[in-house]
Amino acid sequence: MNADFLFQAFIYLAAAVVSVPIAKRLGLGSVLAYLLAGMILGPDAINLLGERSRDVMKFAEFGVVMMLFLIGLELRPRVVWSLRVPLLGMGGAQVALTSLAAAAGLRLMGWSWQASIAAGLILAMSSTALVLQSLSERKLLKTPGGQASFSVLLFQDLAVIPILALLPLLATLPATASEAHGVARLAAWQQVLAVLAAVVGIIFGGRFLMRPVFRAVARTGLREVFTALALLLVVGIALLMERVGMSPALGAFLAGVVLADNEYRHELEGDIEPFKGLLLAFFFIAVGASVDFGYVRGHPLAILLGVLGVLALKFAVLFAVGRAFRLASGASFLFAGALCQVGEFAFVLLSLAGQQGVFTAEQVRPLTVIVALSMVLTPPLLMLVDRATRRRLDAPGRTRAADAIEAGDAPVLIAGYGRMGRMVGRILRANGVKTAVLELNADQVAHARRVGLEAWYGDASRLDLLAAAGIDRARLLIIAIDDPEVAVKLADAVRLRHPALKLIVRARDHVDAYAFFKRGIEEVHRETFGSALAVGEAALRALGFGALRSHRSILAWRKHNEAALRELARHWGDEKGYFDKLRSTIRDEEGMLAEDGIPDLELDRAWDNAGLREEVKSRAKPPPPA
Amino acid sequence: MPVADPNRYRILILFAHPAYDKSRVNRRLFEAAWGLEGVRLHDLYEAYPDFHIDIKREQALLLEHDLLVFQHPFYWYSSPALLKEWMDLVLEHGWSYGRNGRALAGKYLLSAVTTGGPEQAYRVGGNNRFPMRQYLLPFDQTAHLCKMKYLAPYTVHAALTLESGGDLEAQAAHWRRTLEALRDGKIDLEAAAAADRLNPLVP
Repeated sequence: MNADFLFQAFIYLAAAVVSVPIAKRLGLGSVLAYLLAGMILGPDAINLLGERSRDVMKFAEFGVVMMLFLIGLELRPRVVWSLRVPLLGMGGAQVALTSLAAAAGLRLMGWSWQASIAAGLILAMSSTALVLQSLSERKLLKTPGGQASFSVLLFQDLAVIPILALLPLLATLPATASEAHGVARLAAWQQVLAVLAAVVGIIFGGRFLMRPVFRAVARTGLREVFTALALLLVVGIALLMERVGMSPALGAFLAGVVLADNEYRHELEGDIEPFKGLLLAFFFIAVGASVDFGYVRGHPLAILLGVLGVLALKFAVLFAVGRAFRLASGASFLFAGALCQVGEFAFVLLSLAGQQGVFTAEQVRPLTVIVALSMVLTPPLLMLVDRATRRRLDAPGRTRAADAIEAGDAPVLIAGYGRMGRMVGRILRANGVKTAVLELNADQVAHARRVGLEAWYGDASRLDLLAAAGIDRARLLIIAIDDPEVAVKLADAVRLRHPALKLIVRARDHVDAYAFFKRGIEEVHRETFGSALAVGEAALRALGFGALRSHRSILAWRKHNEAALRELARHWGDEKGYFDKLRSTIRDEEGMLAEDGIPDLELDRAWDNAGLREEVKSRAKPPPPA
Repeated sequence: MPVADPNRYRILILFAHPAYDKSRVNRRLFEAAWGLEGVRLHDLYEAYPDFHIDIKREQALLLEHDLLVFQHPFYWYSSPALLKEWMDLVLEHGWSYGRNGRALAGKYLLSAVTTGGPEQAYRVGGNNRFPMRQYLLPFDQTAHLCKMKYLAPYTVHAALTLESGGDLEAQAAHWRRTLEALRDGKIDLEAAAAADRLNPLVP
């Protein structure tokens, strides 16, 4: 293996591992940590990243594709449809107004009108990676401001396609390089046809083909094969989209939306999530490293004014658009603060436009620096905006917005969908409680889906999967996994990470139950206990005991046994103490039988009027002499 | 556990409503008593959904308090079933009544009930033909047999037509004031035992 590759991997990974905990301790987000790490390690400072940070950025940009796939998975088609107004309206207004305003400014500074328009369009773009990552880290993505930001980012992704087509028309200088590939060589109508075919293919494939494929692969029981399938899916879609000249991120988003109803969704999320996280981290480090500090030192004032000008202009336009589309002022503030940087796509567009002769080299270099700096400034800016709006208002907006997300908001998660989980799920459903089920047996999941339950395929002992299934929003987790070791492991992990979440655990027998009691979990239910009680009651009745007497005797025994079980749990592991306790428990149970052979349940003595009879009789007699 | 303060009555509210979800008035009154110092709330249907009453625990609880409140809707001119079961089982012979049963002697019992019918229905000539205190005689006599003093009932009539909002809130606030007055010994309990209704004794 290439030593240079290993060294680069080492530096990037180390940067992530070292910078994020420090930033978190300082109350900054991870994105800012990566950017700063990139700036420090970049060619203008310590210079450990080599000259290839641009290559890394291109490679790591795939993280954005994965991110959009994941976001798509969380949004069902109905939700996307409900975003059409902000998407087209706000997105269109933002891109049009920002590019016009920026172009007008540049024209006044003496640029040609072609270069001004090209630069305006490029500056109108925002950074999908930065914004979505920062917003979700601050849990703002689902607020009205966050939703609006997301819609506009999607529109910008759509707008990239016509912008790419427009750039060659704006060239005033001879092109230095241009290569047409793939469908770009085809006629326009053929291109449109290819795009349509790709989109229809994704929708059709996602709806009808993927389910049996997922199921077949899941049945192999090999996790890495499923991970490979998940990656293959995203890479394949990106490739297809590139070929037909569409944004891969947009294609991945579409595929995600199509698969949002699929029972393998959470497993897909769990598999893709770590790759996405790492790639984005590398991407942000590379962005930090790409800031050309040499140029900044040469033209400090021009760059400062440029960055501030771009941020201010975009902020003003965004705020106005937000208000015009009836966002509350707090939400508009967040929306404008989130999107006022220039996005990573500008790097691609700028170098492309340079090659195609739209800009001179003297125009490209400051623009590139301004774009990079505007991105670096976004996390601190967002932090300020978030703090300001948090203090001001918007609290009701937060809760209202949370309702709009329909996936992953079941209040109850059931881990393990065997005989017990199935019945529990049905009981909850009969009471109108939404439950999400995670089960590792593909056939069970298919069965559950067929009878109309919400069930997901996945290993419930994986915390990332539970997170994808919405453990943050759940109020209750029911652990009904067969394997006691897995169940205990899961309980430990959940109690560590989600201490506030209520837990109800099914245990196979008393020994399993002890393990949970020792961990301080109170709601532990032995799987055969309830049926043993029912059988015991039926036996008493078969022997001629009255119905209520049998029933109350079972209730008393149950209470006694539950208390003894908790007591015994404390002695488990100390053999002598345990068996002493067990003997005394059994003695107690037998002691419930009074001398006359009728159990004295202690509980309903008042129904036994022996004492009263005695007193009445004694009162009838003359009082004993004093 | 309530702090023993010789100048204060320690109040225990035994609340019995089998459909808390659907209750409006009783629930609001119950909530109004939340967090009142020296007042302990005990929701019987929540504690014993299976009617499996823990007698020992209940008796211990009674010993810790001076004034018991039975709060419930007036189902069929009496209490919901669980409160009756509670009385049957907890008030044991030899403990609370009988020659040696003095555990509750000197304590007070108050019924706080909600009725569907209006106040004027509960009188001779009214729809329900008898006054409230007559309907409550079984509770009155139970208290007497247990050597307790039975107070005039706190009643909320016409609960079916009591609108949520202003009227209900005023009623809940009045109940809270009543509990505070009882707790702090601001009500003459002799007079309260003789009255028809406790409500007018608190402004």
